[in-house]
Amino acid sequence: MSTLAGWGRLPEPGTEVLDEDLERLTEDAALSRGLGRSYGDSSLPASATDKVAATRLASRIISFDPATGVMRAEAGLSLVNLVRWMLPRGWFPPVVPGTKYVTLGGMVASDIHGKNHHVEGCFGAHVRALRVRLADNTIVECTPAQHADLFYGCIGGMGLLGHILEVEFVLHRIPSQWIRMERERVHDIDAFLASLTRAAGTWPMTMGWIDCVHRGASMGRGVLMAGRWATAAEAPQTPPRAKADKVVPVEFPNWAVNPLTVGLFNTAYYWSHLRRVVSKLVSPEPFFFPLDSLLEWNKGYGSRGFTQYQCVVPRAAGAPAVREFMDRLTKLGGASPLCVIKDCGPEGKGTLSFPLEGTSIAVDMPVTPDTQRIVDGLNEFLISTGGRIYLTKDRFTRPDHFRAMEPRLPAFEALREKWDPARRLRSAQSRRLFGDKS
Amino acid sequence: MKVVVFGGTAGIGRAVAQQLAERGDVVCLLGRDALALTKSVADLTARHPSQASASMAVCDLEKPETFAPALDAADAALGGLDAVIVTAAMFATQDALESDVELTRRLTTANYANTVTFCEHARKRLLARGGGWLTVVSSVAGDRGRKPVAIYGSSKAGLSTYLEALDHKFREKGLWVLCVKPGFVKTGMTAGLKPPPFAGEADQVARDILRAMDRKKPLIYTPAIWALVMLIIRNLPRAVMRKIGF
Repeated sequence: MSTLAGWGRLPEPGTEVLDEDLERLTEDAALSRGLGRSYGDSSLPASATDKVAATRLASRIISFDPATGVMRAEAGLSLVNLVRWMLPRGWFPPVVPGTKYVTLGGMVASDIHGKNHHVEGCFGAHVRALRVRLADNTIVECTPAQHADLFYGCIGGMGLLGHILEVEFVLHRIPSQWIRMERERVHDIDAFLASLTRAAGTWPMTMGWIDCVHRGASMGRGVLMAGRWATAAEAPQTPPRAKADKVVPVEFPNWAVNPLTVGLFNTAYYWSHLRRVVSKLVSPEPFFFPLDSLLEWNKGYGSRGFTQYQCVVPRAAGAPAVREFMDRLTKLGGASPLCVIKDCGPEGKGTLSFPLEGTSIAVDMPVTPDTQRIVDGLNEFLISTGGRIYLTKDRFTRPDHFRAMEPRLPAFEALREKWDPARRLRSAQSRRLFGDKS
Repeated sequence: MKVVVFGGTAGIGRAVAQQLAERGDVVCLLGRDALALTKSVADLTARHPSQASASMAVCDLEKPETFAPALDAADAALGGLDAVIVTAAMFATQDALESDVELTRRLTTANYANTVTFCEHARKRLLARGGGWLTVVSSVAGDRGRKPVAIYGSSKAGLSTYLEALDHKFREKGLWVLCVKPGFVKTGMTAGLKPPPFAGEADQVARDILRAMDRKKPLIYTPAIWALVMLIIRNLPRAVMRKIGF
């Protein structure tokens, strides 16, 4: 039986249909799927017989106005394709996620956030219009003024209100093709959170890597990164040289990522930043998309697959809550070579959009018999802080936990009732979390 | 460069046209569907200021009478031709072709007879202006008689042989003929087929094609690993080929 899987490589039965014509493709489809970079089950079908519309061949720009930066394009256009020609011409999307292997449709459906969330908000804040195929097969244009409820429902709506066919959004002019980056090695979680907040005040882009294995006094030690576009005056005249991507050639054995190797990796990575503070000009690609230079890195976790736990702990709960979260994570044994922390700005307008003012923490972990227990344990604590998880990464959250952390869920369910009363649009994730039928 | 891309609205051709446009080459698209052409021209126009002059002409691989007028229109729109790239082709599975003789006739005619005819029109125009590039997408399927691509592969085998001879004959006159042999590429053409190992993406194949043109190569396999795969397959004994399903 053929299967589809997200980036975490846990499969569900199903097949995708490819077509360059999105209108034809999305007719009677249950779900749209871009490049399949959501980690969990957001882009997987609720039932093996559901039509999954693979949008990635619909890659055309419909219009671009260099005077205003407004672009309209088909939903399957990838960020790789976009950045490839925009960067040399001095344009960049206002918000990008940590990988360029995503489509515009996916960026809207996940309402992706980036290193500049505390300044620019989510991608959805820069979207001006969407062309959407609804569950009843009609096609509508929605904007903040026209079908506004549908517009904001689709932003972060995980593709459950309609198939996104076209996206109109604003690009930003950039002063150069270089990033001025500052990197600081920080010795524990409290210092880290303080540095993160300080950096957010002066830098438009911030994020940090933390060691989530090490316990005791240096728990939560890590490397903080901040950046901004370099000015034309400080940047070199020549654009950065593109480096060739490498591919992970084979699936690693399942034991490759274990607490010991992760501990060694984390210590090595931490001390590879020998100088405490580094400031330099870097290429935007490794800055924004650090993992993209290693293609198919998800095979590193072996055949068992992996998941990412990403949540946001609200500012109101404060630094002690983040410290407590890190403490629980290390105690539960969520050993991970990748743990990313970031300051988020205010909540966006997307009905179910993820970010919330506070601290976002993302942790990769291999799937083991313990995963459900770890996720449950983290979720229970998260609910007590008033935080929430990011659906795009999720595979293991229980429906009652999600309901408890998401006061906006009734509003989203009301939107589904209005635009898709028969629940024809659905995913493996909506089956798991919202009780859709399979 | 002034480039004609026949089949440039979809698949490998679309990716080639987009990358040409991004680096500032001026493109004229040929294809059978006027609406698809209009949309693709708008896409190219957005990608680079030089593409304000991107143009189009209707041309159908199954209608050889459209070839000369379309190339003339492209020549006029571009103000001369430096390169002609052909990515248009038909595809059908061996099962579909075996159950439909008419489809077999159409596919072999389009992929061999008509493609060669189009190339002859293009070759004459390019030679008349002192040479240039003639780049044609053939297929690894033509390298060996194989069970799953008996008919499609034979149409590409004929095309590859023609392109090789063209290179031998006209290289010294300044005509750079490039025969592109893609392995499995995940496009609309192969939608519904299960991708084998080493399946490629259109963007990557397009990048390989443009690099090979810049280097004036006569033949490329893309993704590059297919050169090795086909080297092995070309050298397998018949007794082995008869046994395996590949």
